[in-house]
Parts: sequence; structure tokens; C-alpha cells
Amino acid sequence: MTPPPALRFAGRVTSGAATLLGPVRMGAEAGVWTCLLGPSGVGKSTLLHCFAGLEGNLVLDGTAGAGDGRPLAGRVALMAQADGLLPWLTLLDNVSLGARLRRERPDRARAAALLERVGLAGLEGRKPQALSGGQRQRAALARTLYEDRPVVLLDEPFSALDVATRARMQDLAAAELAGRTVLHVTHDPAEAARLGQRILVLTGTGLEEVGAQEAPPIPRAPDAAATLATTGRLTRLLLEAA
Amino acid sequence: MSLLRLLLPLLLGLALWQGAILALDMPSFILPGPLRVAEALWTNRALLAEHATITLTEVLLGLALGTLLGWMTATLLALSPVATRLLRPMLVLSQAIPVFALAPIFTLWFGYGLASKIAMALLIIYFPVTSAFHDALMNTPQPWLTQARIMGAGPRQVLWCVRMPAALPGLLSGLRLAAVYAPIGAIIGEWVGASRGLGYLMLLANGRAKIDLMFAAVLVVAALTILLHRATDALALRLEARQRGTPPQG
Repeated sequence: MTPPPALRFAGRVTSGAATLLGPVRMGAEAGVWTCLLGPSGVGKSTLLHCFAGLEGNLVLDGTAGAGDGRPLAGRVALMAQADGLLPWLTLLDNVSLGARLRRERPDRARAAALLERVGLAGLEGRKPQALSGGQRQRAALARTLYEDRPVVLLDEPFSALDVATRARMQDLAAAELAGRTVLHVTHDPAEAARLGQRILVLTGTGLEEVGAQEAPPIPRAPDAAATLATTGRLTRLLLEAA
Repeated sequence: MSLLRLLLPLLLGLALWQGAILALDMPSFILPGPLRVAEALWTNRALLAEHATITLTEVLLGLALGTLLGWMTATLLALSPVATRLLRPMLVLSQAIPVFALAPIFTLWFGYGLASKIAMALLIIYFPVTSAFHDALMNTPQPWLTQARIMGAGPRQVLWCVRMPAALPGLLSGLRLAAVYAPIGAIIGEWVGASRGLGYLMLLANGRAKIDLMFAAVLVVAALTILLHRATDALALRLEARQRGTPPQG
């Protein structure tokens, strides 16, 4: 894996006459887990897609890219809100889909190991339709981890999981993605407080950083005083922004 | 239950048929009754089977080749915008020409044998298959395409691993139509010029005033078409279920 780059965004994104994001300036540091919170419709997912490559009729007026100036293509993995699993493939084939698409040999052992780590051992041969929403989301997480990219964009990656599973998947993601540049969009202040080495709140009026740099390394204990305090501050901030 | 659901409309149809003959006092050389046709079916079973085999061969070969050609055309169109601009108008134009008008030309080009009938069946299903598959190829859900692009897939890989499997239901709906159209093409081909096949037999029986045999041949064509449609549908349902990753329905 190449060293993870920082992410830089400045500008606004429009679709026809509608502004989907900005104008805003934001960045994510290299090798740091950055959480991005904000009310629905403020453009958080759009921001992720700017780094993954815009499509359709979205137009970026500004710049989005890596801090090192090199293209991001080939260095990014995206876990979108929709799991995006292909219904005709088994879970194992879905997890290693990237390899097939790049005409590489799928590493089935690694795909199986990742499925086991997300708690789906024994379901490798199942098709996505045979799974619950939470199981599909974990399969999508395994697929994202399989990509082994220096930049990882996560859009609500744990939203369909129950509390215990969510905490375990947060632990797993924090361990697997340590040292990479992670930009993690979430609605959940508690999740940001557990995982964010930097926490940004995007609102209609702009971007605010809620510092968490001095806090212990991630994942933080969900019931630690500092975590709870950060959760509270974030909740307050989002309430006031609404 | 399903047998009853199948039998009731059949009985109703037969009753209407017989009723019309009785009510309008039709002579049997204009409209033979169900019993006479059944009798003709039975006494000519070897003859009908022989000609049905020919027609079925034409239909199946036309279906296979037309589907293959439609699949290839749709794929080419999906890969190349230039090909789409050049070929799409030609495809539409080919549909604007009545297939009936081409049948004599095909007989001229491909002869009196199987080839001209296969060409007719092929031509009549080519557009529905191409069109349905191409539309489906162009409508792959965007999140799958986005994901594939981010994963570093080239256009061919996206086509092969994502767009084609995703478009399978489109190809199958085209194939369902094709199963019903292909016999029409083969029969037209046989009318225009043939020495074998059910279409030829219909004309022959008609010319010799064996109307009961003609009706028997029509019934055999209908039965073949229905069987083909059911078989295609059963196959399509299985493939669609596999594509969706769910157990088969229906």
C-alpha cells in the first residue's frame, strides 16, 4: 500500500440549478480517521463522491483531490450507503469482486477471512438476498476492507447494525483501517465520538471542527467520560444547527 | 386446480366453435367442427409430426441464432456510442420494412430449404431481442457502476461482470417475445416457398379443400407456440431467480 494522502476539498457542487454542497473548504489529514457529521441534505455524501469521482450531472466548481497532488483513482475505496452487493454473486464473490474487475486473481482465503471477521462465517456461499440488512452491510464492509486502499470513504457504514454488532464492527474497522486516511460520514454523534480522531460538523452555514485530538486512540470506550462528553457536545451542536 | 383452469377455457373455446357451426349452419368445407378436426389430427398424425419437426427445427435454429445475434448487437451497441449512432437507425429501419415483404427475397437468396425460414424467424425476433437487451444494458443501477469504477474496472470488465448479468432480465423478456414471434416467421417463410413444414402443409391442405387438415395444422402450430412459450418462460424464471439470488417463483 502506498502512503495514505491527505484529502482536500474547496468549492461547491451543483446539479442543474440546485446546490448540493458548499461553498465550503475542508480537508482530511493523511493517515487520520476523520468523522463528518451534519444534518441530512447538507451534502456529506456528495463530498465523499467528490473524492470518489463525480458522476451524472453533478458539477464541481472548485477542487477535490489528494494532498500530494496525484490522482486519487486507484487509491480510494468507497462504502456507499446502499450496500451495492451484486445479487447474483455469493458473498465470497461479492467481497472479492474488485479483484475480478481488475482482472486479478481473487484471494478467496482473504475474502473468507474478512467475512469471518465481520461475523459472517459460514455464509460465504449465500446470495445477498438471503441475508438481513445488517448482514448485507457487514458484507459490504468486508468488501471495502478487501480493497486494501490507502484512502477509505465510509458513508453511514454501520447504520443498519444493532448496538452490540455496531460496536464490534467499529472496533474491527478501527483496527483494520489504522494508519489510513478515513473519511467517515455518520449521523451518530456517539459513533463519531468513538472513532473520530478529528470530528467535523458540516452545516448550512459552514464547517466546524470539534477537536478530539487529545483524546485516547480509537476506538474509544463507548462509556468513557471523554467519549460521552464529546457525544453530548456534538448532539448539542447538531441541535443548534437544525 | 391448475388443470381445471387450463381445461375450462379450452372447453369454452370448443363450445363456441361448435356453437358457431350450429348457429350459422356452416358447411364443413368452410368451417369444420372440432370433432372433424380432431379426427383429421389423429388420422394425419404421422404427416403432421413430420412437418411439425421441420417447422420446429426452423423455429429453434432461428431462435438460437437470432438470440445470439441480438445479444452480440446489443453488446456492441452498449460498448460503443459510435456503433449506436450508426446502427440504431438501421435497426429501426429494418423494423419498418414488413417482414412479409422480405420473405420472397429470402427464398430467392437462401433457397427453398430450411435456411430461408430460419432467416425469417431470425429476422422477426432479432429486433425485440436486441432492443430489450440493449435497453437493459443501458440501465444498470448507478451504484453498481460507481462501485465498479472505483474498484478500478475497465469498460469490458464492467460490461462482463456487472452490466451483462444485471441486464439478464431484459434479455429474457426479449426471449419471451421471441418464442412467440419465431414460429410466425417460420410459417411466413414456408408460405412463400417450401416443400415441407406446417406452413406448407396448410397451403397444400387448403388447395386440396382438406379444410379439416388445414385446421389441424393450425392447431399444431398453436400448440407448438404455446409449448415453446411455456418452456422459455420456465427457463427464464429459473435464470431470473438465479440472477436475483432468490428461490424460483411461479
